[in-house]
Amino acid sequence: MEEELKVLGAWASPYSVRVQIALDLKGINYTLYEQDLINKSQLLLQSNPVHKKIPALIHNGKAISESLIILQYIDETWPAVPLLPKHPYERAVALFWAAFTDDKFSLSFRDICRTQGEKQEKCIKETVANMLVLEEALKGRPFFGGESVGYVDIVLGCRAVWIQVCEEIGGVKLIDPHNTPFLYAWVQRFRNLDCVKKWLPDFDKLLSYAYMVRNYFLQQ
Amino acid sequence: MDQVKVLNTWISPFGMRVLIGLEEKGVKYEYQEEVLSNKSELLLQMNPVHKKIPVLIHNSRPVCESLIILQYIDEAWGFTQFLPSKPYDRALARFWADFTDKKFYDAGARIIKSKDEAQEQAKRDLLESFQLLEGILKEMSAGGSLPFFGGKDFGFLDIAFIPFTSWFHTYESLGNFKIPLESEYPLLDAWVKKCMERDSVKKALPSPDKVLEYAIQLRKGFLGD
Repeated sequence: MEEELKVLGAWASPYSVRVQIALDLKGINYTLYEQDLINKSQLLLQSNPVHKKIPALIHNGKAISESLIILQYIDETWPAVPLLPKHPYERAVALFWAAFTDDKFSLSFRDICRTQGEKQEKCIKETVANMLVLEEALKGRPFFGGESVGYVDIVLGCRAVWIQVCEEIGGVKLIDPHNTPFLYAWVQRFRNLDCVKKWLPDFDKLLSYAYMVRNYFLQQ
Repeated sequence: MDQVKVLNTWISPFGMRVLIGLEEKGVKYEYQEEVLSNKSELLLQMNPVHKKIPVLIHNSRPVCESLIILQYIDEAWGFTQFLPSKPYDRALARFWADFTDKKFYDAGARIIKSKDEAQEQAKRDLLESFQLLEGILKEMSAGGSLPFFGGKDFGFLDIAFIPFTSWFHTYESLGNFKIPLESEYPLLDAWVKKCMERDSVKKALPSPDKVLEYAIQLRKGFLGD
């Protein structure tokens, strides 16, 4: 049967970017449909009626949502170039660190960009501390996946430009060669991959977008 | 020889998932009850990042986060399988298990911790979650002809959701309403009864009255008397 694979995504969303990176890394063909997140399309609402969010993956008409669940689906459906380790324990560790980055950074990055003063400082402090935790978890390996890029690399690395945006807006370094030398080398290495260069948003474009959102929220 | 230890608190629905999973696989384990106001050295060592329960320690290696632990239990020990075999069905099971954490548990927690309009909203959200889960159970159980979310087998999503049933009585009492299980969510009603026949579930779930007693104290802590 002819395979039909669609991704409903958005250029600025790390959750969308991670799915696109994973598919490209595995050499899987798909069509990307950029979504308007204000005026949501019928297709998006049908594909993710529960959360009404991107990304959604539609494979031969069946929709899957929640980016981490999509990544696992991709890994199980197309096992070549595996994202997750084979061994159950190592897999559990990878799933743990991926959940950690989303748990800690989804809200804190958003709040660094949308707040100021004490609230912003608190988010920055927490984020800096969590980066140090990840620095230790990386243990000086080239990637979180070991010798080659894997699940945790993609889940964290898709936020690379947002990290730069937070640094600019927050006036702070989150990853730097002095405090987090392993992460610093890792992010350069990750950003150098073709499948990553293709999908990470442009810094100036993302920064403009982030300032627009920031101004909106600061006015509330 | 496998050494398995679980760090948990009796009240945690997340911990109950782990216990049910281990019992279903016939895995022998040592249980350690944690007091969250006085966490053990072992807990702080084994989950330094979150300092939370449940933690599964398998041959001295910790696994944290209840759904990750459940998947690990499924993969590390054979015999029955919790997750379905097809990737799409696995994705659905994971999605709805995640839903029980994000929407169902969250609505329940808000019922316990809030009052007035905030609590009314939480109740509406909880009932909406019930509605969605009833719909999904209908699909996954072939219209109710099969007993579980896992179809004919007690599986991942069944294990993920059944612990919350020990909190239904608490939501009703503290929210001052009745969850219309029999009339509005009949498949879920039948499903609860079917699950409660299993030894693993009977062993792991605390009595609803004990849960309510605990939750009343919790509510006082949030709202004052």
